[in-house]
Amino acid sequence: MAHFIDRRLNGKNKSTPNRQRFIRRYKKQIKEAVSDAINKRSVTDISSGESISIPQRDISEPVFHQGKGGNREHIHPGNDQFSTGDKIQRPPSGQGGGAGEGNASDQGEGQDDFVFSISKDEYLDLLFEDLELPNLQKSQLDKLVQMKTHRAGFCNDGMPSNLDIVRSLKGSIARRIAMTAGKRSRLKELEVELEALLAEPVPPQHQIETLEAEIEALRRRIASVPFIDNYDLRFRNYEKRPHPTSKAVMFCLMDVSGSMDQATKDMAKRFYILLYQFLTRTYKDIEVVYIRHHTQAKEVDEQEFFYSQETGGTIVSSALKLMDEIVAERYSQGDWNIYAAQASDGDNWADDSPHCTDILANKLLKVVRYYAYIEITTRAHQSLWREYQGLSAAYNNFAMQHIRSVEDIYPIFRELFKKNRQKQQGAA
Amino acid sequence: MTYNPLNDGPDWTFERLEMYQAEIARVAEHYRLDTYPNQIEVITAEQMMDAYSSVGMPIGYAHWSYGKKFIQTEQNYKRGQMGLAYEIVINSDPCIAYLMEENTLPMQALVMAHACYGHNSFFKGNYLFKTWTDASSIIDYLVFAKNYVAECEQKYGIEEVENLLDSCHALMNYGVDRYKRPQQISLFEEQKRQKEREDYLQSQVNELWKTIPQSKQEDTENLPQFPSEPQENILYFIEKNAPLLEPWQREIIRIVRKISQYFYPQRQTQVMNEGWATFWHYTILNHLYDEGKLSDAFMLEFLQSHTNVVYQPPYNSKFYSGINPYALGFNMMVDIRRICENPTAEDKEWFPEFAGKDWLDTLHFAMENFKDESFVSQFLSPKIIRDFKLFTILDKESSPHLEVKAIHDEVGYQKVRSSLSAHYNLSNNEPNIQVYKVDVRGDRSLTLRYVPQDKIPLAESKIEVLKHLYRLWGFEVRLEQVEDDGNITLLGQCPPVNDDKE
Repeated sequence: MAHFIDRRLNGKNKSTPNRQRFIRRYKKQIKEAVSDAINKRSVTDISSGESISIPQRDISEPVFHQGKGGNREHIHPGNDQFSTGDKIQRPPSGQGGGAGEGNASDQGEGQDDFVFSISKDEYLDLLFEDLELPNLQKSQLDKLVQMKTHRAGFCNDGMPSNLDIVRSLKGSIARRIAMTAGKRSRLKELEVELEALLAEPVPPQHQIETLEAEIEALRRRIASVPFIDNYDLRFRNYEKRPHPTSKAVMFCLMDVSGSMDQATKDMAKRFYILLYQFLTRTYKDIEVVYIRHHTQAKEVDEQEFFYSQETGGTIVSSALKLMDEIVAERYSQGDWNIYAAQASDGDNWADDSPHCTDILANKLLKVVRYYAYIEITTRAHQSLWREYQGLSAAYNNFAMQHIRSVEDIYPIFRELFKKNRQKQQGAA
Repeated sequence: MTYNPLNDGPDWTFERLEMYQAEIARVAEHYRLDTYPNQIEVITAEQMMDAYSSVGMPIGYAHWSYGKKFIQTEQNYKRGQMGLAYEIVINSDPCIAYLMEENTLPMQALVMAHACYGHNSFFKGNYLFKTWTDASSIIDYLVFAKNYVAECEQKYGIEEVENLLDSCHALMNYGVDRYKRPQQISLFEEQKRQKEREDYLQSQVNELWKTIPQSKQEDTENLPQFPSEPQENILYFIEKNAPLLEPWQREIIRIVRKISQYFYPQRQTQVMNEGWATFWHYTILNHLYDEGKLSDAFMLEFLQSHTNVVYQPPYNSKFYSGINPYALGFNMMVDIRRICENPTAEDKEWFPEFAGKDWLDTLHFAMENFKDESFVSQFLSPKIIRDFKLFTILDKESSPHLEVKAIHDEVGYQKVRSSLSAHYNLSNNEPNIQVYKVDVRGDRSLTLRYVPQDKIPLAESKIEVLKHLYRLWGFEVRLEQVEDDGNITLLGQCPPVNDDKE
């Protein structure tokens, strides 16, 4: 008495709800692990998920169980050296192996972390939960993804204007051939027969009449097969595919003058990583432009941007000018969503700061979706910060924050991109 | 015997499975294996992981801890740290057994003999399963439980239900009746009663907690203590007596308790259950081979995995992780057969009641009437002790040394046997904690008492568990320990008292 059931086609993700519950419950810990993890990534590395580790004690399920100590008797197999009454040195605690190891397994609380992987999407969701891309509301009308129509084979149903005549007629011929083939071959046979009878010296009138009647009937039936029928019709089929029209470009501006040390640059890098990953959530196609500057600005690649040494004074407006030129040259505003993030330690040539404000207010802020300025310093603010404060009040696509140490980066990033920023609400 | 082997694969098809199944069933009947009907389900590795994480149950209510288990299983499996079990079998009627798609045909045959005839007949025959579980209604009950929990989540919120389940899971091992025989009622009765209970219980409880001051004059010393006897089933006690719980909360506690009770026999018969199933897959397949139904290639593959399963690494091996229940159980079963068929003088002295008797009768008797603890103390022969080279070690906290108490020699057999039997006694391995007292007329606090065995203390997790207990009970919860000299010490309480601040 047995029967077999093939369950292989049943869903395999029966545990998914339970898994989601687990992630929901430990969101706080997982989030911490996620924000730790971004520090180890390259700016544009978004292809992978992340391995998450949570301290075991946080997820343990406590039950009453026996602790260490007391008198116990253990039983083991494979005696190779002991006799009754032997005394064995107690193995040092914490080290398994040896005869008395039974102790260790009774202790249910391992210290190892609980490590598991989350997918790329889960990773990004956690990373950017509650965040919103600035000024997206305004640009909602021009959809980020446009649909483009593509040919997609043929179908049996459609508008008359999409009728494909050649295909339809091919179908019609095929149908007519298929439906009349038998009758035609019969017709041919009969005609040959009739000719043979007619050729005889004395045509048998009766047989000829029957044959003619039959031929006539067959012809009628062949003719009654319609020339074209509803199911011959073929229509050209179209489908809509998403087509990324909105491309984004992200400008990374950084001060590399002597006052910026590697630690400060690393902090800036983390900020750029976050921004890049955040943008990839919304845009399919992102370019990154790295501009570094001291007294002069220069467009460089990622490696040089973060790791080459330069010295000299600081003129911020040089970078802004270069950015403006690049925008005008390569990223005409219609096609591109422009984002910019500037990192600096706040140093600037005092006379230059008003100049920066001027370029931003009159040129850049009109074309960029969002401009974020972060100042990484532990010292007092200087002229640039004060100049920018004026901008921040006047333009809602300009934001600035102050970072003191590595731990600030993620909270400040969240601060900058928080959903429904009050400033926006005020402006709206 | 004619040599006319069945197709030996390696790939399986449903026709071939049917063929093997029919042959195995024929041989099983020959050996008087009485089974529930079999429902054999072929599943993929992913589905096997799903089954793993829900403790093998085909349906379960949703809870994060199952998700955690799934993630762990998945992680270990992906890294190749662990193979999946070849099968999972569920104690239900019909008996559901899972075969993994990846197995070769000989493996599928082994699994069918092992699970569908070995485990299955054990579930149907063993006295513990007969008394404690109702195979015909378990699936229905699980469906009911899943739907009920889901319904509660909708009504009262996921968070609320999850917290309650957390607390219940912490006390799950204290949700079984060890001695009282549970009643068997059908699902329909169960559902009918559930509604009645819901309305009835709350009033019952209020009655209990009436603290009208009219009884002030009564001599409080003479009031009967509540509960009148210590209660071992803590979850049951809470379900019936916790003052503040809503009816739906009591029902969920009941669900957890029932499921725990359902698994209790399995925890007590691991060695026997696996030993029995292993013995039968070995015996049935060898029987088929002797009939000429199996090819040599089939037998080689079968023996290879069989020997892996029954391997017992010695204590100093790096693979050692305690006594392998498959190895011990299988060897004991084989040994019982040997004692019946070819008894030695030693066997006749040790087992006068069955040495030389019919082996099949003896094995069936052993399977039906014992659990691990009593099975070992009745059937462990000196030969097995010698074969396994068993020895016992006394680990006294007060002594700087471990002492070898007994080894596999003439003077040690009895001692080793009783030690091994005690090793499988669940009540030795689980701390003995019982509900001792409820301060009915005072602050309603609940007092539990822990009676240590062999001076083994409770682990640190007790404080966490007390928090869960407090959540269920709703009033102060205290845990006391009864010392050897009869003195009582307080181990912990929840909410904790802040001595230092006052």
